Amino acid sequence: MAGKEKKSNVLAANPLLAKIGGQRLVVLLVIIVLFAFFCIKSEAFRQYSTILSILDYSYYITFMAIGVTFALITGGNDLSIGTGMVCYALIGGYVVTKLGMPVGVGMLVTVICGLLMGVLNGVLVAILEIPPFIATLCTMMIARGLGPIAAESMSVTWPQAGTPQGWFRSLFKITIGDTKYPMGFLWIVLLVILMTIILNKTRIGRYIIAIGSNKEATRLSGVNVIKWHILAYVICGFFTGLAGIAYAATFQAVAPGTGAGLELDAICGAIIGGTSMKGGSGSIVGTLLGVFVMSMLKTGLPYIGQQANMQQIITGIVLIVAVFIDVIRSKKQK
Amino acid sequence: MGEVILTMKGIDKSFPGVHALDHVDLEVRKGEVLALMGENGAGKSTLMKVLTGIYKKDSGSITFEGKEVEFDSPRAAQEAGIVIVHQELNMLNHLTVAQNIFIGREIMKGKIIDDARMNQESKKLFDRLNISIDPTEMMGNLTVGKQQMCEIAKAISHDAKVIVFDEPSAALTEAEIEELFKIIRDLRDKGLGIVYISHRMDEIKVITDRVTVMRDGTYVGTLITKECTKDDIINMMVGRVIYEDPKTESKVPEDAPVVLKVEHLNAGKMVQDVSFELRKGEILGFSGLMGAGRTETARALFGADAKESGDIYINGRKIEIKSPEDAVKNGIGYLSEDRKRYGIVVGKTVAENTTMASMKDFMKGIFINKKKEDEVAWEYVRSLKTKTPTVDTEVVNLSGGNQQKVVIAKWLTRNCDILIFDEPTRGIDVGAKSEIYTLMNELVAQGKSIIMISSEMTEILRMSDRIVVMCEGRKTGELDISEATQENIMHMATQRK
Repeated sequence: MAGKEKKSNVLAANPLLAKIGGQRLVVLLVIIVLFAFFCIKSEAFRQYSTILSILDYSYYITFMAIGVTFALITGGNDLSIGTGMVCYALIGGYVVTKLGMPVGVGMLVTVICGLLMGVLNGVLVAILEIPPFIATLCTMMIARGLGPIAAESMSVTWPQAGTPQGWFRSLFKITIGDTKYPMGFLWIVLLVILMTIILNKTRIGRYIIAIGSNKEATRLSGVNVIKWHILAYVICGFFTGLAGIAYAATFQAVAPGTGAGLELDAICGAIIGGTSMKGGSGSIVGTLLGVFVMSMLKTGLPYIGQQANMQQIITGIVLIVAVFIDVIRSKKQK
Repeated sequence: MGEVILTMKGIDKSFPGVHALDHVDLEVRKGEVLALMGENGAGKSTLMKVLTGIYKKDSGSITFEGKEVEFDSPRAAQEAGIVIVHQELNMLNHLTVAQNIFIGREIMKGKIIDDARMNQESKKLFDRLNISIDPTEMMGNLTVGKQQMCEIAKAISHDAKVIVFDEPSAALTEAEIEELFKIIRDLRDKGLGIVYISHRMDEIKVITDRVTVMRDGTYVGTLITKECTKDDIINMMVGRVIYEDPKTESKVPEDAPVVLKVEHLNAGKMVQDVSFELRKGEILGFSGLMGAGRTETARALFGADAKESGDIYINGRKIEIKSPEDAVKNGIGYLSEDRKRYGIVVGKTVAENTTMASMKDFMKGIFINKKKEDEVAWEYVRSLKTKTPTVDTEVVNLSGGNQQKVVIAKWLTRNCDILIFDEPTRGIDVGAKSEIYTLMNELVAQGKSIIMISSEMTEILRMSDRIVVMCEGRKTGELDISEATQENIMHMATQRK
């Protein structure tokens, strides 16, 4: 108790610290501690290539996580993103490999698919008032079936690096001389800044937060809540489309039937980063940090001899702690 | 009428800022139906909550069957034999009737619930009450009337000696009320003490033996029903003393134009063919008892709920209001009675709530102009004397009166000319109350027009220029302030069809 008071005093005394947000600071510390821990424990971990692979794993999860943060802030959720991402990458890849379109068109198709799914989710949730969990569970199933149908149940191999059409892969990882540079990280940083501004400085963000915090009061203020509520899901869909491109660029091939479960990684990232499941608050920077905790664990644990199973267990525990912090915080507000 | 079974003496109860019960007495005898009457907020429900252990009394004594008692929970009261049949029924729709009656004290056969026995026992209870309900029916399939019968059966199964009915007839049809009365008379004849809370004067005359009246948290007196008239009761309810100076004449100029005209508004049972006019600079009071349909009328007008029919004119021009968005565009602002749920966005700051209805005016390109937002918010914090450390304080940290001011600031920022104040001072302490009154008077002096829904008679008489009275979804009267008295308003408010 005394410790907690002390902490809130520290936050009160230091407005900058309070603004950055206690939880995000904690998450950042966790990342640093994890990184140091793995570095000390494993020599192999202390390599540039490890950082690259942490980043590789984080791109598409981060995109999804940024998107789903918006759905979570409205007090909703989007379970369709994991399966959806693979579905859109399959469709986009099909357009390139089977229809012979340029890879740019394939990428555009991928993003458009995500947008359409976002509109569908938004309509189901905001207009038909189907609970978000159910609505997006259903669209997840639809996406799971749709991808393989579109790709004729075959793996889709987007053009490989080095081929003329393979330029899109260097959007995320570029090789100059012998060194590989993580270009994707640049996009992530830019998008995190952009979406932070949109969330905090524009009407889109203001209304989406207001809807999550009290939809009825927002409606009675004369705000067209349906429009903004749908938009939150469209943003989520758009970023899932981007995630589809990142996914295609990271892996050799996109296989039908995969992707299920990845939405949970993204949602976990957002929640670890301090976005409330009850809606009304969230942060894009937090989401980014949350995803890094996850990918740090995923990449680091094998280096100290722990396999995937242990990583699942630890992620579960981290998530419990993160959600528990949220519970305490909302109790305090009451 | 038999001996006294329950005595409450000198019951005192305060909440922060409100003296809810001021040394109230109540006496219930065996084999009688006692009416407990009073205006909204007179303290009837609070008294009953003290009786059944939902609230803890500050002082006073409760004597039940000759022994002094103090219940610490409704369950303890129930076990002693005092049961409330609530206005809102606490039924579990997905369980059967019998499962509901025996919830929390299921009849067991070893480790297994004995549904068959519970059905039999329920059947016996219903037989005792001469009602036919199938104990195996799902509770959700019953009408409200039948559910209430189940609630009564449940009370009897606890071996209740005193049953309190809290506005039991509010949701019942005529036929159901008849049946309810038959049961109540039966219970009375079996020697139970019945407390019957209701606003309906006619029912009181029919079903009760004595009437105890409360006003403003105090005990006023007790009458024998047979020996008094409806007017006697009303006089006791409203009292002779008026605590705040009422307005004596309308302050609206003769030639003030009509800014809002509502014609034949219909929205469900609670809004039936309501028509009225609002003039520039006027405070139009909406009076009536709980459930008279005043809030529903305001919500239908504001587009918060769908309306079935009705025309709305603003400044003589007919307009369509399909959503709050339309209403706000036409310069109408609504201050809900339930600020926490409908008024403020709790997690957000004073500044953000202030600009919520007029974001478009605070944009610089696609960005929110935070500087302008803060400036305007500060302006209203100063002019409305809102007590808040900064405009970046979350509204959840403010008191009720100050939250109300933030909601007012929201509509003033939007420059609304017509403001609907729904119970503007509910849950607000006395000091802040008069500030809100002053503010409302200033607003109309500036040419705004106000519709004020209020359940407090003194508030209606103090603030309104004209008064519309509603009862059960219909407009039952309209009075100029110069001819309005508590008595004639109460008459209109109890004018049942």
